[in-house]
Amino acid sequence: MAVCISVIAKENYPLYIRSVPTQSELKFHYTVHTSLDVVEEKISAAGKAMADQRELYLGLLYPTEDYKVYGYVTNSKVKFVIVVDSSNTSLRDNEIRSMFRKLHNSFTDVMCNPFYNPGDPVQSKAFDSMVSGMMVQVS
Amino acid sequence: MKDMADEVLFDFLHMEMVSHVYKEQQSSKGELDSKDRAVCVSILEGMGFRVGQGLIERMTRDSPSFKDELDMMKFICKDFWTQVFRKQIDNLRTNHQGTYVLQDNKFALLAQLSSGKQYLEDAPKYLAYSCGLVRGALSNLGLESVVTAEVSLMPSCKFQVVIQKL
Repeated sequence: MAVCISVIAKENYPLYIRSVPTQSELKFHYTVHTSLDVVEEKISAAGKAMADQRELYLGLLYPTEDYKVYGYVTNSKVKFVIVVDSSNTSLRDNEIRSMFRKLHNSFTDVMCNPFYNPGDPVQSKAFDSMVSGMMVQVS
Repeated sequence: MKDMADEVLFDFLHMEMVSHVYKEQQSSKGELDSKDRAVCVSILEGMGFRVGQGLIERMTRDSPSFKDELDMMKFICKDFWTQVFRKQIDNLRTNHQGTYVLQDNKFALLAQLSSGKQYLEDAPKYLAYSCGLVRGALSNLGLESVVTAEVSLMPSCKFQVVIQKL
């Protein structure tokens, strides 16, 4: 269960960002922003390595004492960043991968919507409800 | 299911799109001058651009990242062309400096028009959308480009892609 999920365009501005505890929203925005540097580093490192298969899933970007940040980049250079609570250690790699898979599928649907202009903030209700399903429930 | 007629659906839609755009421009004046024709071509190209972006998002969902420009062009020639036009590009040439020529010897959208020199002057109208498609696809992969098409003998045509270096 994620604490914050965000979609970042290839020009590095946020298309969609949503976090759970609304009081520390700014902190999560800042975390996502700083994680972009790590994402760029990973993309360029993979490019130089000239590997045959370059994965879209970037894995754990960096851990802090409170939470962990995971990244994923699509072929159209759109980045997804998920922040999860560190105390929630039961989350395995496969679960994070499946969360990114769902995000990518939903984002592809948004992209193919003729009423959506690439570069605009994502306002699709279907995307919102999919993201809500992945976030920590706050009563 | 080879005997389903779903392949022609897009062919018909495309023909109607072209005829509709030209009729719209013509309704205000009697004859189309070259400026109006340029507007029609850019409307069709714009449509193709947006569709190309969406298609690429869907098609590259599961494939790994592309190594370089040539890799992306090969993807356009093989997978992308197969998905959209049900065949691959027959010939890809490059000068390794950002210019690529994609040759399709039996282009799906021109195949029904003629197989020789007939209707050659009308062919560019039917290529505008596909140029936009390629440009949109490349744009979403991160390459800005200028795509033009030329026809000398139907139904074969050549798409010239010039990658804009920033």
